[in-house]
Amino acid sequence: MNKLEDFDDIPGTTIFTTDMSRKGFHLNQFCMSLMKPENRLRFKADERAYLDEWPMTEAQKQAVLDRDYNAAIKEGGNIYFLAKIFATDGKSFQEAAASMTGMTTEQYVAMMLAGGRSPKGQRSIRKGN
Amino acid sequence: MARITAGVTTSHVPAIGAALDQGKADTDYWRPVFAGYEWSKKWIAEERPDVIVLVYNDHASAFSLELLPTFAIGCAESFAVADEGFGPRPVPEVQGHPDLACHLAKSLILDEFDMTVINKMDVDHGLTVPLSLLYGQPDAWPVKVIPIAVNVVEYPQPTGNRCFELGKALRRAVKSFDQDLNVQVWGTGGMSHQLQGPRAGLINPAFDRDFLDRLVADPDSLKKMPHIEYMRESGSEGVELIMWLIMRGAMGKKVKELYRFYHVPASNTAVGHLVVKPAK
Repeated sequence: MNKLEDFDDIPGTTIFTTDMSRKGFHLNQFCMSLMKPENRLRFKADERAYLDEWPMTEAQKQAVLDRDYNAAIKEGGNIYFLAKIFATDGKSFQEAAASMTGMTTEQYVAMMLAGGRSPKGQRSIRKGN
Repeated sequence: MARITAGVTTSHVPAIGAALDQGKADTDYWRPVFAGYEWSKKWIAEERPDVIVLVYNDHASAFSLELLPTFAIGCAESFAVADEGFGPRPVPEVQGHPDLACHLAKSLILDEFDMTVINKMDVDHGLTVPLSLLYGQPDAWPVKVIPIAVNVVEYPQPTGNRCFELGKALRRAVKSFDQDLNVQVWGTGGMSHQLQGPRAGLINPAFDRDFLDRLVADPDSLKKMPHIEYMRESGSEGVELIMWLIMRGAMGKKVKELYRFYHVPASNTAVGHLVVKPAK
């Protein structure tokens, strides 16, 4: 069976649960609004003003302004919703993923070409495997 | 009677669609990916299925957090291509098969799978990239498509066992449709990948290859795998692989493997692809 507490045990990973979905509801709905070209234009014209139209927390707004996707995920953001932000920026999923790992895009692309990140030592914080 | 003639699984990486749409398919990076589908393109041109029941997940395109169905079936005449933040992919609109879809919805619900019924939906890369991989860039898709959308975005996703059982119910439902139709079932998503957090970029070929082997020969052994194991071993987004179990459940007890392809990487993801047909 799935035990919820296990979800905090995977290194460098946030599982998007129903609780996170509650926490990040407005943040994720804001992201979704960027699927409309007119909203993308308004957001790009004045990011702060556009964000202020949404009942998001200040931490959520700041994470968006900073394009700090790890912070956005901590505040309830889901990566598929956050993808609308970097799509609006014209950035690829690889560039966004790299930004979350502390690597440059070049280093990250090279890691992927070399076979990606090994799961060794990355499975469980408790077990250290 | 309608019959299920084959099953296909494939990853649905958005960058694959972008590479094709932007004319980058013949670059050193992408050539090996598309080469892995050449056999399947020839195969499907000969098989000419009438309908594909295409199991995929929506990536925050049709379903916001306002409403997120666990299992949903598309009964519309057609499905528009979603704008995922950079304009819709330049691919043809997807044509549905409302008669079969409505029959499947009815049959599945009475078979105790409580499907959400969709009459209007935009479809994103999860559905269109697999079509592009198998059919290339036609002016119109030469096949009708019935989307089955599965929630893999928000935990709890349906269990692997539930997915497998849904596949079995799908098989019963297709077989009871009174029209002579050649139907394929596709399961998409995966294989190992993680798109978020400091662990992004995780790839696990050993897990992926074992999953492919067991999906063909011993799917029962996969039914009880908990979500957390997919997430640990194949990345937080690797849990999409539960959708492959729906395809496998729809094939019956035994399958013959016709083709297999595995490649790392496509963007952040390990690409896996299987073609199987039901065996006696």
